[in-house]
Amino acid sequence: MRRLLPFSATAALLLVWFLAARRQTSGLFPDPLQVLNGLLELLRRGLLAKYVVASLFRVSWGYLLAVLTAVPLGLLLGWYRRGERALNPLLQLLRPISPLAWIPISILWFGVGDLAAIFLIFLASFLPLTVAAMNAVRNVPSTLLNAGRNFGLSNPRLLASVILPAALPQLIVALRISLGVAWLVVVAAEMIAVNSGLGFLIVDARNAGNRYDLVVAGMVMIGLIGLVLDLGMRQLERMKAVRWGYGS
Amino acid sequence: MRTRSDVERFLLPLGTAALAIVVWSLAVRLTHTTVLPSPLKVASALRELAGRGVLWRYVGDSLRRVATGYSLALVLGVPAGLALGWNPALASAFNPVIQMARPISPLAWMPLAILWFGVSEAAPGFLIFLGAFFPIVVASMNGVRSVPAMYLQAGRNFGLSTPRLLARVVFPAALPQILVGLRIALGIAWLVVVAAEMIAVDSGLGYLIIDSRNAGKRYDLVVAGMLLIGAIGLVLDLFARRLERLRTVRWGFQGETA
Amino acid sequence: MTPPPKVSIRDLSMRFPTDGSHIEVLSSIDLEVKDGELVCILGPSGCGKSTLLNVVGGFLKATGGAVLIDGREVAGPDPRRIFVFQERGVFPWLTVEGNVGFGLFRLAAGERAERIAHYVKLVGLSGFENAYPQELSGGMKQRLEVARALAVNPDVLFLDEPFGALDSITRLVMRSELLRIRRAEKKTILFVTHDIDESVQLADRVVVMSTRPATIRRIVDIDMPHPRDLSAPRYIELRDMLFEEIGLAHKI
Repeated sequence: MRRLLPFSATAALLLVWFLAARRQTSGLFPDPLQVLNGLLELLRRGLLAKYVVASLFRVSWGYLLAVLTAVPLGLLLGWYRRGERALNPLLQLLRPISPLAWIPISILWFGVGDLAAIFLIFLASFLPLTVAAMNAVRNVPSTLLNAGRNFGLSNPRLLASVILPAALPQLIVALRISLGVAWLVVVAAEMIAVNSGLGFLIVDARNAGNRYDLVVAGMVMIGLIGLVLDLGMRQLERMKAVRWGYGS
Repeated sequence: MRTRSDVERFLLPLGTAALAIVVWSLAVRLTHTTVLPSPLKVASALRELAGRGVLWRYVGDSLRRVATGYSLALVLGVPAGLALGWNPALASAFNPVIQMARPISPLAWMPLAILWFGVSEAAPGFLIFLGAFFPIVVASMNGVRSVPAMYLQAGRNFGLSTPRLLARVVFPAALPQILVGLRIALGIAWLVVVAAEMIAVDSGLGYLIIDSRNAGKRYDLVVAGMLLIGAIGLVLDLFARRLERLRTVRWGFQGETA
Repeated sequence: MTPPPKVSIRDLSMRFPTDGSHIEVLSSIDLEVKDGELVCILGPSGCGKSTLLNVVGGFLKATGGAVLIDGREVAGPDPRRIFVFQERGVFPWLTVEGNVGFGLFRLAAGERAERIAHYVKLVGLSGFENAYPQELSGGMKQRLEVARALAVNPDVLFLDEPFGALDSITRLVMRSELLRIRRAEKKTILFVTHDIDESVQLADRVVVMSTRPATIRRIVDIDMPHPRDLSAPRYIELRDMLFEEIGLAHKI
């Protein structure tokens, strides 16, 4: 009985959606079946695959670039307190600036296209990841550090054998959350700054003919892929090398 | 306890900020770029905005939209999260929907928002609500779930009925996590409002950025707007963190850093 | 005519379902506790003593047998019998006053304030009324929890290894504090511990539990008057008796 609950609740919501869509006067809001048909149509026209790949491509590049720069920087800043104290306020100031606020600048520098989107995704992921990596290092218990030093580890060795493994659980959580943010940003960026991808699909479907069934189909795809990405990252958290870091 | 003086604490960031500004203005001067404005230009742009009376109006508009969307998310989200955290059956029932809806950027709801609310104040408000709602629900849910069984047992031992138990034990015990969720949601709301204003309305800081570019390539205004957005977002975040230092919740934040 | 026992445990057993079958934690426990007695339940960790306490306190339903308090069967948790856990049980979002007054929500404000003041003083926390638990030491938090329990004037107190998280010196202090408070307010006390010395120092009777499924191996009367001399021959005798009962060697 308990196992049926999620299914029955979701089914109930779909039913409510269906009835609400049927009852509206404007006829524009799609019901679940229309959305499904929309998805199939996109699949047939080959647009679905094309747009999904475009969005994933941008996310991957922007995210990976951010990870490769932010994590080492954050680790370094976490280790050298002076550096952190110097840069932290600057980071905190830049962090609340919506990546989307950078759109005009990014279009200016990169024009309308993939690079602008990748830049935005990079920005959105870079700052939070740096801060998270910094905090992960700061949270390594000093008892572990002392033990490492006691065994005669030099600083680089300490970093690799003690700090990195100890900081890894928190780091992976931050990576997962940043990936989620990157996925949110790519969609938003595509709505404004490029001509392909799932975000573009949503805006275009509406502008080019009020195809709200395609709009919602796009939203469903976005939700699905975002969910898959999140679940994938959570699998990383189950590795034995980091599982210890996640409390009870 | 810090072993270095507090002077260093202020001088170092101040020094770096000053250095950043110098590098910025040098970069502009040396490359003779037309695309990036110099710090002085940005400062005078800010003064210009203030002079036109536009500065405070736009800031007020953005803040107002955040206030409406966010308060709605708070008022609906905290009880919803508490209910989901308290009742595992409810939680497992709604979990699929929440997990599917969460990764959808609030902005992606824009066409639907316009369909439902037209091009009005309600559309960005709806987006802000969406952006803030999920983090608040999830944080409240987790807050309830992590209340130690010992507290519940003690509450029942003293003869508390379930409503009393929820009010006097569950809610205070979950409050630290709820506050963290509220702070994160506030940050998200601020991000969303700026983005929403780029698309659907004709005032506010997001609009300022897009409009300054479109209506005349005024990149000095663009950067001025960006800095304002950053500053206000920072203030909002600091204010939210203040709440976390109240003594009735500070116990929940022992051993935490930024 | 002897007064009826305060707590009457009759043929109590407790089994928990595990995947597939059952696991029997408590088996045929018979025990009677008189009004005002301090009974220690002694046994190694994991033997089921906490389960026993939870059943008697009404937080678990026994699968066999019955528990009666004041002649009536225990049906659930009740403010007349209060649990005292380790100091983690105090509510961190309330001050000392707030914690002590927690169970007094049905009283008028004046009486409530009086009671709070009385018990804060009794446990020795005067001056800390507005402090939060995070500002208190482990021993102080333990006292706070005792004050909170006493404030509602229960008949029975259940203490589940309450001093376990304290250092051994503080533990000695807390034990004599407990006895002092007991002299001031006569309560029936069931005290679970794995510390043999603790049981001999505190109890009127010590109930020695076996390992799972837990039964009562032996009940030892501690016939020493308070204050108990920890070097007295009788103390050492009783302690050795318990050592043997638990099956421990005398020399390390």
